[in-house]
Amino acid sequence: MGENVTANRTPAEIGLAEAFAQLDGKLPGNSDVKAKREEAFARFGSVGLPHRRVEAWHYTDLKSLQREALPLAAPPSAEAKTAAWNAQTLFAGLGARRLVIIDGTVVPALSDMDGLEPGLTVSTMAAALSEGDPFVASHLGTGRPVDDPAVELNTAFMGDGVVIRVAEGAVIERPIHLVFVATGDVPASTFVRSLVVVGNGAKLTLAESHQALGAAAYQPNIGLELVVGDDAQVDYVKCLRESTASQHLASFMTALGARAVFNHFSLTTGGAVVRNQLFLKLNGEGACVDIRGANLLRGNQHADTTLVADHLAPGCQAREVFKSVLADESRGIFQGKISVAPDAQKTDAKMMAQALLLSETAEFDSKPELEIFADDVQCGHGTTAGALDEDLRFYLMARGIPADEAESLLIQAFVGETLENIAHESLKSVLMSAVADWLQAGGASHA
Amino acid sequence: MTPLLEVKNLHAEIDGKKILNGLDLVVNKGEVHAIMGPNGAGKSTLSYVLAGRDGYEVTEGDVLLNGESMLEMEPSERACKGVFLAFQYPMEIPGVATMTFLRAALNAQRKTRGEPELSSPDAIRKVKDVAGQLGINMDMLKRPVNVGFSGGEKKRAETMQMALLEPKLCLLDETDSGLDIDALKVVSEGVNRLRSPERGFVVITHYQRLLDHIVPDIVHVMSAGKIVRTGGKELAHELEASGYAQYQQEAA
Repeated sequence: MGENVTANRTPAEIGLAEAFAQLDGKLPGNSDVKAKREEAFARFGSVGLPHRRVEAWHYTDLKSLQREALPLAAPPSAEAKTAAWNAQTLFAGLGARRLVIIDGTVVPALSDMDGLEPGLTVSTMAAALSEGDPFVASHLGTGRPVDDPAVELNTAFMGDGVVIRVAEGAVIERPIHLVFVATGDVPASTFVRSLVVVGNGAKLTLAESHQALGAAAYQPNIGLELVVGDDAQVDYVKCLRESTASQHLASFMTALGARAVFNHFSLTTGGAVVRNQLFLKLNGEGACVDIRGANLLRGNQHADTTLVADHLAPGCQAREVFKSVLADESRGIFQGKISVAPDAQKTDAKMMAQALLLSETAEFDSKPELEIFADDVQCGHGTTAGALDEDLRFYLMARGIPADEAESLLIQAFVGETLENIAHESLKSVLMSAVADWLQAGGASHA
Repeated sequence: MTPLLEVKNLHAEIDGKKILNGLDLVVNKGEVHAIMGPNGAGKSTLSYVLAGRDGYEVTEGDVLLNGESMLEMEPSERACKGVFLAFQYPMEIPGVATMTFLRAALNAQRKTRGEPELSSPDAIRKVKDVAGQLGINMDMLKRPVNVGFSGGEKKRAETMQMALLEPKLCLLDETDSGLDIDALKVVSEGVNRLRSPERGFVVITHYQRLLDHIVPDIVHVMSAGKIVRTGGKELAHELEASGYAQYQQEAA
């Protein structure tokens, strides 16, 4: 790694270096933040964009996929804000507290920043960095994985984002919805960094949606750090429906306290190139995570889900289920690593990745890894890939159900397992409709 | 009068292996035909070819439903025209709720007949009525299609689907396999309730015992891919006594 990097720098790497050199105080933060940015960019610069010879990025060769570094998005104009507001539809009927992020900038005027429940604090990352908020400074980057280029770039260029704090014992019933909208008028990149800290015994439901309006090339790099205190619970869902002009890098970094509960679901139907990274640190004894996701792809879409679960304390439980439905020439990737530290006895971790290949030319790559240093654990993983079951299809058709509808039913059934654990009923039904929309849009039979 | 089903000189093969070798069969409305025969005679293949399952190649002959050739039709089109196959081994479909499946099937068939789709509550009412007669409770219907059902429950569910969809031609493929005597009675009663002057049945079975409960009008013996003998219901008893050996020799 790193050999001849400077000699072989790609236009994208050169572009990023130039953009960083010209930042010049354009991004928020005091000297401490500036130092953090410089350290992060230096770490990135020493290796550059990852390529297929970098093990963790073997299937998502950013060096060849990202041909150029797009300019940082300008703050949205008033018209852009209106258009984005009118167009955002995902989870609209949910009654959630919406925090709206347009082209990488939080728009407080469109967000529900008032009437916060007791124990809930919401602010913007830009303000927190500018003001040198000590709380943010002490938490930011604590869940950072070692040497991850996407996270380093996010730290180097982070512009805005949300900071959410839930006080100890506070149960926030109303879900919080992070509404990401890209106007997509001009080619742009965004670097949003958010921090969510949920105190001991507190409870929060968090939803995140991504939409793009225009068709201009778009490179969002999203970082979200989540700290879940002892006995706290966080339910999280993400729905990615950006256009196929988007190259979406998302890094989700979670640290869990003792007996903390974390339920995660992510649905990806949009984006040309998507990398969803999840870094889990089960720091406290008896933490319990349920991580599920579904990637529904067609055309030339490429979606990579990479999960790293570090079991660092005894008695933690993890269930991970990921499903990919791959049509046309699309490519799905799952990399999952379960790592169990010597002290993490009685770990119970199970991971499953399954793909349904709807065409001869679709591709699924799966790389499960177990790294176990404790001797009294139960860990397992499994992977399957296959076509739709012809016998089941015939059974449905023999009752009069036409081929495309029969296939849709079977695909929904395949994906269904990843959705069944979502406790919030309206969120679940919105996501089920999103799956149905995807099927409708492509016509499953020739998808 | 145009027969309900007319199978003419049907030849079919799978993976190049000939299974049906010039089979003829005429079923009129109101008739119950039994097709008996040894294992490997091609009985199940006949039911699959009639229902339109992929993988079988018809090399010669034709299959007419009310005078219209079905061979080019998708399985779903055949079903919408009134063909129903009760499977020997009904499929379990995890993740698809039974009620979702039944409503999809009902509405697909209603759509082709130009009838309005049933709302979810209307569909549930209709299913409840039919299910009750077959001793199927609503808890079973809450499960995914056939998942966790015993052999007998699966066959009852098949009979329930048949009653619900009101087909013109019912094909019963070894409906008695895997049934104990009580379940056999329930299923047979369900089938008998559906007998009508407007409906025809083809009951495929290896054993005569099912035909004590579903009494056929006509019994055929099938061997090596064709009908080798046809008679009245007494033929079934004769077969039970003498076995299939003579027909296997004849066919060879």
